[in-house]
Amino acid sequence: MKTDDKLALNLFHVGNEPHIKVDQEVCRRCPHKLCTYICPAENYTLNDDGNVVFSWEGCLECGTCRIICDQGAIVWEYPMGGYGISYRF
Amino acid sequence: MGNPEKFDVIVVGAGPAGTTAAYVLARAGAEVLLVERGAHPGAKNVFGGILYTPILNRLIPNFWEEAPVERHIKGLRIYIISENNAVSVGVESEENNQPPYNNSFTVYRSKFDSWYARKAREAGAMLITDTVIDDLLWEGNRVVGVKARGEDGEVYADAVIAADGVNSLLARKADLRKEFRPRQVSLGMKEVIELPREVIEERFNLSGNEGVELKYIAGDATKGIWGGGNIYTNLDTLSVVTWISVEPLTAGRYKATELMEHFKEHPFVRNYLKGGKTVEYQAHLAPDGGYDFTPKYYTGGLLIAGDAARFLNASIHYEGTNFAMASGEAAAKTVLEARKKGDYSEKSLSRYQKLLSESFVMKDLKRYRKLNRFAEAYPEFFNGYFDAITQIATDYFAVNEMPKRRHEFGMLKRFRANLRDYYTRDNAVLRRRNRLQRFISRMCPTVSFLWKCLKGAIAFI
Repeated sequence: MKTDDKLALNLFHVGNEPHIKVDQEVCRRCPHKLCTYICPAENYTLNDDGNVVFSWEGCLECGTCRIICDQGAIVWEYPMGGYGISYRF
Repeated sequence: MGNPEKFDVIVVGAGPAGTTAAYVLARAGAEVLLVERGAHPGAKNVFGGILYTPILNRLIPNFWEEAPVERHIKGLRIYIISENNAVSVGVESEENNQPPYNNSFTVYRSKFDSWYARKAREAGAMLITDTVIDDLLWEGNRVVGVKARGEDGEVYADAVIAADGVNSLLARKADLRKEFRPRQVSLGMKEVIELPREVIEERFNLSGNEGVELKYIAGDATKGIWGGGNIYTNLDTLSVVTWISVEPLTAGRYKATELMEHFKEHPFVRNYLKGGKTVEYQAHLAPDGGYDFTPKYYTGGLLIAGDAARFLNASIHYEGTNFAMASGEAAAKTVLEARKKGDYSEKSLSRYQKLLSESFVMKDLKRYRKLNRFAEAYPEFFNGYFDAITQIATDYFAVNEMPKRRHEFGMLKRFRANLRDYYTRDNAVLRRRNRLQRFISRMCPTVSFLWKCLKGAIAFI
């Protein structure tokens, strides 16, 4: 099952502002781009040029990218109160 | 409430740790504010699947009669699996079908945490949802309140209990811990998979509200990475979990999401899930590494509880909710004693440390520290050794024309060859060893295996 299809099952209250800010200039120089392997929501993907593309709408707020990024590209905060993922189970 | 801007205690996070603290405090007559960032308690919370309830049952006797529980857990089955072979042991008991049901229940956190927070509210706590606490307010070296996001978000209290989960940004802000390294966390992914109630009961040999847990320990469940897979039975869904230590993932060999799919499609897993429909996908971090990585969990005016303080028995027991509730209760008791004295200094709150050391929380964390170190030092145990063990078990029951004695001799030879092959195949493990260790592993793989089993057993005891 594809991750996008899994995320489509979840309830998200998407706010206007991203709660995670990614400096893509830093990502461009990143030697490992591990976030594209480790994010369980696959919010970090590689585009055709091999650069990291980040989308935050399907974020599960786990915090793994914050820990894995050793390049200082990520500023990570919780979304505004009540926004973001809202689990039903 | 005289002044709405000032409380006796502010509790951040309405999970099992925070709500337990708020409940105990409110019941003792303290003015408590319980703050939750989700739209309702439980909206942001993920766990494997079992709520462990000795403390809950002491606080609210026979809670299961009113709480939204799914099934009580009457037993578990532990699997070790390789690509083609599996060995499993099961433990089940009729005793666990009687109250208090071995203090183990499957629940949906979204429902349970909301119910539990309602109990705290009924006891007199004030609950605010949809509110993110971004920072602490200090007076000298003592915490005197919190800062909620948005304007005029300052709220004051004599003490703050941070039960804000594994990522605890507040513990970090208070400088009680450093940034995590990948070694200190594991990533859990979970699907809630719907199946008709009767199908679940037939498939897992259950009746009524009985439930089971299936625990797959590392091996091919996680492609040899330290972690595991779990299946928990709810009333009409299964909670299917894959969890992996984050550090080995940094080798960049596997995608986390692929490992979850690999587990679900494994020959020894997929038939349990057959015909099921995924209805939700969750992911969360869990504290890993046990006692060695426990941060300082109190300072003047501030106590840290639950996952935020990394209180989780990361061993075969994996009791997170139990540790959360125990530390929440200990934090509440500490604050109540401080309130009597009117002293919320770091020295006064050090009572928290004493209460925790006397309870199973610190005792169990300490006991399993060696097991955590063992798992880190000998990754082959959960990888190549599991392959060899499941193979020898399969060989033992193989049917052929050979006399059994001769067959068993061949089986042992194959076992030795499998162990040696592993070290030739996976040099990453051996590279971390000195020359003598490498020589022994290659030349005497069986002796080396038995030696590590002994070391593992000692670490476990």
